[in-house]
Amino acid sequence: MLILTCPCCGVSAEETEFAAGGEAHITRFGPGASDEEFRDYLFARENPKGVHFERWRHAYGCGKWFHAARCTVTLEVFGTYSAQTLEPPLAIRDAIAARRPGWTWGAAE
Amino acid sequence: MSTRIAKQGRLIDRSRPVTFTFNGKPMKGYAGDTLASALLANDQMLVGRSFKYHRPRGIVASGAEEPNALVGLGLGARFEPNQRVTTTELFDGLCASSQNHWPSLEFDVGAVNAALARFFPAGFYYKTFIHPRAFWKHVYEPVIRQSAGLGQPPKEADADRYEHFYAFADVVVIGGGVAGLMAAKTAAATGARVLVMEQTAHWGGRAPVDGGEIDGQPAEDWIAATVAALKALPNVTLRTRCMGAGVFYHGYLLGYERLSDHRPGAEGPRHRLWRVRARQIVTATGAIERPLSFAGNDVPGVMLASAMRDYAVNYGVIPGQKVVVVTNNDDAYRTAIALKRAGAEVLRILDARATGGGTLMEEARSLGLRVDCGRAVAKVAGGKRVSKLAICAQEGSGAALEEIACDSVAMSGGWSPVVHLWSHCGGKLIWDEAQAMFRPDPAAAPVGADGAGFVLAAGAANGYMGLGAGLADAAAAGKSAAQAAGFKAKKSALPAVLEPEEAPMVPVWMMPAAASPELRAKAWLDFQNDVKVADVQLAAREGYESVEHTKRYTTLGMATDQGKLSNINGLAVLSDALGQPIPQVGTTTFRPPYTPISFGAMAGDARGELFQPLRRTPMHGWHEAHGVDWEPVGQWRRPFAYLRDGETPHDAVMREVSNTRQAVGILDASTLGKIIVKGPDAGRFLDLIYTNMMSSLKPGKCRYGLMCSENGFLIDDGVVARLDEDSFLCHTTSGGADHIHAHMEEWLQTEWWDMKVYTANVTEQYAQIAVVGPKARAVLEALGGLDVSKQALPFMGWVEGELGGIPVRIYRISFSGELSFEIAVKAGYGRALWDQLIAAGETFGMMPYGTEALHILRAEKGFIMIGDETDGTVIPQDLGLDWAVSKKKDDFIGKRAQQRSHMTDPARWKLVGLETLDGSVLPDGAYAPAEGVNANGQRNTQGRVTSTYYSPTLGRGIAMGLVLNGPDRMGEVIDFPGLNGKTYQAKIVDPVVFDKEGEKQNV
Amino acid sequence: MSDPISPLSGARFDGIAHIEEAGPAGMITLRGDLASKPVKSIAATVTGAKLPAQGQIVFGKTGAVAWMSPDELMLFCAYEAAPAGVELATASFGAAHGLAVDVSDARAKFRISGPAAREVMGKIFPIDFAPGQFEPGRFRRSRMGQIAAAVWMEADGSFGIICFRSVAEYAFALLNESALPGSAVGIY
Repeated sequence: MLILTCPCCGVSAEETEFAAGGEAHITRFGPGASDEEFRDYLFARENPKGVHFERWRHAYGCGKWFHAARCTVTLEVFGTYSAQTLEPPLAIRDAIAARRPGWTWGAAE
Repeated sequence: MSTRIAKQGRLIDRSRPVTFTFNGKPMKGYAGDTLASALLANDQMLVGRSFKYHRPRGIVASGAEEPNALVGLGLGARFEPNQRVTTTELFDGLCASSQNHWPSLEFDVGAVNAALARFFPAGFYYKTFIHPRAFWKHVYEPVIRQSAGLGQPPKEADADRYEHFYAFADVVVIGGGVAGLMAAKTAAATGARVLVMEQTAHWGGRAPVDGGEIDGQPAEDWIAATVAALKALPNVTLRTRCMGAGVFYHGYLLGYERLSDHRPGAEGPRHRLWRVRARQIVTATGAIERPLSFAGNDVPGVMLASAMRDYAVNYGVIPGQKVVVVTNNDDAYRTAIALKRAGAEVLRILDARATGGGTLMEEARSLGLRVDCGRAVAKVAGGKRVSKLAICAQEGSGAALEEIACDSVAMSGGWSPVVHLWSHCGGKLIWDEAQAMFRPDPAAAPVGADGAGFVLAAGAANGYMGLGAGLADAAAAGKSAAQAAGFKAKKSALPAVLEPEEAPMVPVWMMPAAASPELRAKAWLDFQNDVKVADVQLAAREGYESVEHTKRYTTLGMATDQGKLSNINGLAVLSDALGQPIPQVGTTTFRPPYTPISFGAMAGDARGELFQPLRRTPMHGWHEAHGVDWEPVGQWRRPFAYLRDGETPHDAVMREVSNTRQAVGILDASTLGKIIVKGPDAGRFLDLIYTNMMSSLKPGKCRYGLMCSENGFLIDDGVVARLDEDSFLCHTTSGGADHIHAHMEEWLQTEWWDMKVYTANVTEQYAQIAVVGPKARAVLEALGGLDVSKQALPFMGWVEGELGGIPVRIYRISFSGELSFEIAVKAGYGRALWDQLIAAGETFGMMPYGTEALHILRAEKGFIMIGDETDGTVIPQDLGLDWAVSKKKDDFIGKRAQQRSHMTDPARWKLVGLETLDGSVLPDGAYAPAEGVNANGQRNTQGRVTSTYYSPTLGRGIAMGLVLNGPDRMGEVIDFPGLNGKTYQAKIVDPVVFDKEGEKQNV
Repeated sequence: MSDPISPLSGARFDGIAHIEEAGPAGMITLRGDLASKPVKSIAATVTGAKLPAQGQIVFGKTGAVAWMSPDELMLFCAYEAAPAGVELATASFGAAHGLAVDVSDARAKFRISGPAAREVMGKIFPIDFAPGQFEPGRFRRSRMGQIAAAVWMEADGSFGIICFRSVAEYAFALLNESALPGSAVGIY
C-alpha cells in the first residue's frame, strides 16, 4: 500500500486516504475538436513501464487534487506537485532524471 | 511410546496442571505446554489424516511449519478448524478434534485411497475427470465435493471481537530470537523507534534449546537480560504472540497478534491486526529444518530432529523411547545428545555424509552413541506408528543392510532460511551452494517510496546459521536499518560467543541417492497434500518445466503450510529431474500471510452494526417509531413505506400514493444533496456543469437541471435555486451529493482553476421535508409564519422565513405533479419541524409517504429517475429532455461527446410510456425482442422496461421504457416476455399518464 | 423556538477512554484567501484566535480556528454564535471572493479523553498518535474507520473529532468498540 505526500496539506498518508484519478497532464478537447482528438482526450492513455504522471485526490484529507510522479515498476514516488500546472515542474523532472538517467519529459509522450 | 519425563521442560509449569480433551478423550498437560507437546505427553502421536490418501499423520514439527497436526478447536461460536497444534497454547478446558477422517481417526474409510495410491498419480484429477464431459457436473463434482476441503467450517457466528491498530516505527524487527533481539538492541541504541514482533509466547527462539554461550552466560540468560534491557527503553515496543504476517509496498507491514487464543473468553479482543508503517524492516525470522526424502518418512513417529529436541528440552516430553537419528549435517547431533540426556534410547545416528560430522559427533560418540557414516534410511515401516527402520548406504538404490526395531526417527536435511517476509514485496534470493539453501540477496531488497531498500534480513533468516555469525549479522542489520531510517549509529562491541565448530552439511535431496522407483513412490515431499518424490518426477517427465506449473499440477506446497517443509526438497527433486541447477529452476512465489490469519482479524471492527456506516436523517427515529419499512439508498436508510396495522408494504404504498394525490402527504427528503456554489464565476461555472443555462436564473427562482459526464451520459439531475447574485444552491439526487461535489471540485481544481468559485457540500446542514398534495398549502398555513400563497411563492420560486417559529427556506418545486413545498430546515431543528407538521397535518388527513410512493407519483408524471431511466449509457436526448440541453452554449461537460455519430444516431432507443393491454404490471428490466439475431447469435431486442409500477391513481400498471424509434411508434403494441413464462403485450404511449397539462401543481 | 437537537443528544461511554458527543456546537466553513485581511479578521472576531499554520488548530477565547485546506478554515464557536458569524463574514468579505457557511448542524462533534485515548484513536485512524508525533494543536483530516473525519488534540490532551451528522451513530459505536474494557494496546 502506497504512501503519498499531499503537496496541498503537507500530510504523508497511506493510500486509503487518497483516490486515484488516472493519468495527469491530459489536454481537454471540447466542442470544435475532431473526432480523433476527442477520442484520444477521453480514452487514449499512456501505459508506461516506468515513469508515470498521475492525478490523485486527497479524498479523506484536504479534498484537493494533486499530481504524483511515480514509477509503475518499483512504485517509487519521485515527487508530488500542484495539479494547477500543465507539465511537471523542473524540480520533479530533475528528481526523476537523477533516479532514471536518460529520462526526459515528453520522450514517452 | 511418547511420554513426559520427570525432569526438564523450561517452558512448562509443573505446579499448574491443565486438563483438556482430544476427540472427547480427557487428557492432562501443564501450563506452558503447546497442544502438540501435551498430546505427545499423552502418547497421542496420531493426530490426523492426509488430504488425498487419508494416510495416518503424526506431529512432524514444533512450530509454524507443522503440516500435519491440524485440528478443529473449540465448540459452537468459538469453533475454528485447521488450527496447528504446534502453535496452540494449552489452556484448561481446551477441546480439540481431529479432522479429515470418517468415521474415526483410528479407522478411516477414505484410507482406501492409499491402497489405490498407484492409481492416483500427479494430475490424477485433471487426467481422469475430464471425460466424458457430462459426468463432471453430475457424477465427479458431487463426489469430489464430498471429500474436498480440510476441516469443517464453523456453523455459528464468531463470539469474539477483533480490532486493528495503526502503528508507526522507524525499525520493525520481525522475530524475537537472539538475532531479532540483537538487531533491536543496536537499532534502539541509535534512538530509533523500534517495534519487535515475536510470533510465539517466548523470546529467544531456538537458542535456549540449541545451546551455546553469549558473553559468558548461557543463551537463555543473555536473552532474559537483553529483553529486560530493551523493555526498559522508552523507544522500544516488544510484542509476543504477534506474527509478522506480511510485508507490502512502502514499508507497510501486517502483524497478527493473538491476544486471547490461550485464554478464550477473556476481556478484550481475541486478535489484533497491526497495520504498521515502518521506515525499515529487519526480518530475523530464523530458519526451518528440512525433512529428508526417504520411503516412509510420513509414518507417525518420524519427526524433524529439531522438533524432537524442542519437545525434550522445552516441555520435558520425549516423543519416542527408541530413536534413530538420520542427518546430513551436524545440528541433528544436538538432538541425539539431548534425547540421550533426557533418557531416551538413541539406537543409531545415521549420517549420510561419508566422513560424518565435527565436534558434536565426537561429543555424541563420547556419550556412547553409535554413529554410522555414509548410511541412510532405506525405508521406515509402521502404520499408525513407526515400528522399524531399514538401513542402507546413502550412495545406492536402497538395498537394506540392516533392520532396527524403533518407535521414532529424528530426521534433519539441513536448514532453510525463512525468506517469506523478505520475498513478499519483491526481495530476490540467491542460491548458497555451500549451505545448499536460498538466502536473501542483499543487492535486491524490496524498495520503498524513495526507491531504496527497506528490508534487511538478519541472522539465520539471512543464511548465517551459527550463533556467533548470526548475532554479528543481526547487530549489523539493526544498525544499518536505523541508519537508513535516518539515525546515527553508535559503535558497539559484538558479544563474545562460545559454540562448537560444525562440519559442512552435504545436500541430500533423495535418500538413498539412487532410490528405487518403489522407494520414491513412498518418499513424501508434501505431507499434507500427499505429494511424493515420484509425483514431481512424473510431472517433470510430462513436461512441467516451470516450478510454478509443477506446483499447481502436483499440489506441492499448496497445503496450509504453503510448502514450508516441502518447498526446497520439491524443487531440488524437480531440478534433478529436469537436469537443471536449482537456482535456474527457482522457487515458487512467497505470498502473505506467513501463516493463515483469522478472518476476524482481517475484518476487525467491521462487523455487526459497524459492518458499514449507515447514514441517518434527523427524522430517523420518528420513522422507526411509525412502522417504517426501510430501503437502502446508498448508505442512507430511507423509508420505503410506513406500514399500518395489518398492511403489506404494497397496501401501504397504495394508500400513501392515493392519500397524497387526494389529500396531503409528507416526505423526508433530507437525503437530497445540497451544494452551495458561490463566486463571481459561479454562473459561468454552472453553465459548464449543467447541460442547460443556469447563469440566466434569477435570484429567488429555481430551475431543473441535468448534469452529464464528459462522455456525454446523464449522471445526475436536480433543482438549482439561485440564492443571490453570486450564490447558487444545487440539489443533487439522494446519494449523489458526495460524488457531484467531488465532480465540481475536480473541474474547478484541475481544469478551470482560474475561475473564482467556491463550493460547499451542505447536504447534512439541512433536513428537508416535502409537504405534497392538494391540501399542502393548508398545512403550512396552519403552522403559520410565512405567506405561501400562489402570489407570494409561485411555482419554481423559493422564500425564506419562519414556519411555526423555526427558520426555514421553502422551495415551491414538485416531483409528483401535486402542489408541493420542499422545506429546508437546520438539521438540529428537523425533527421539531417534522413533529409540528405532522401535528398540523392531522386535521387535513396528512400521512407520511416513502420512496416507493414517491416513485409511483413521479412515474405517473413521466419524470425520470437517475438510476432507473439512466444506466450510464443514456444521454438526455434519449429521454426526451432535449429542452434541457442548451443549444446556445459554446461548451458544457458532455457537449462534444453528444455530437459523436453514435449519440446523434436516430436509431437510439428513446423514452416512451408502456401500457399493458390487460392492465397488468410489466416486469422490471424486461426486454422486447425483435426479429433476427445479432452477431453473437443472440436474439435482437428493440427496447426495455426502465420503470414499472401499479398505479392506484389509474387502477392499472404503468411503465416507462426505452424503445427503438419509440416516440414515432405511439399506439403500436410490442411484446415483453417475462421470466414467469407470460408474454406481456404493451402499447407504446406518452410517458406522462396523469395530469399532462400540469394543472394540479400550478394552484 | 425549541433548542436544537444534536445528533446524539450528548451521548457518553466509559471504557479505556471516556467518549462523549459534544452536543450542539457552532461551526463555520470559511473559504477564501487565507492570507487576506478579511479572513484573519473574521476568524479573530468569531473565535478570538489567530490563524493556524498548515495542519494546526488554534484555540481562542470564544472558539477555535482549524486549518482545513489551503483555502479553507473551520471556525468553532458557540452554536448560537454561528449565524451571526456567517453574517459578519459575508459582510467582511464585501466584494472580495470568499464563502462562509454555517455547518453547525451538518456535523457531529466528539471528545475523547483518558489515559488510553491515544490508543483508541490509533485503532480507527491511520495516523501516528505517539506522544511527540501528535500533540495539542495538531489538526488532521483523515479516515476514521469507514468515514471521513477530522481529529485534533486540545490543550488538555483530550481529542476532538468531527464527522458528518448522518454517520454520528456509526462514529460513536466505533469509538465505543475501540474503547471497550480490556482492549488497551499498551504501546503509548
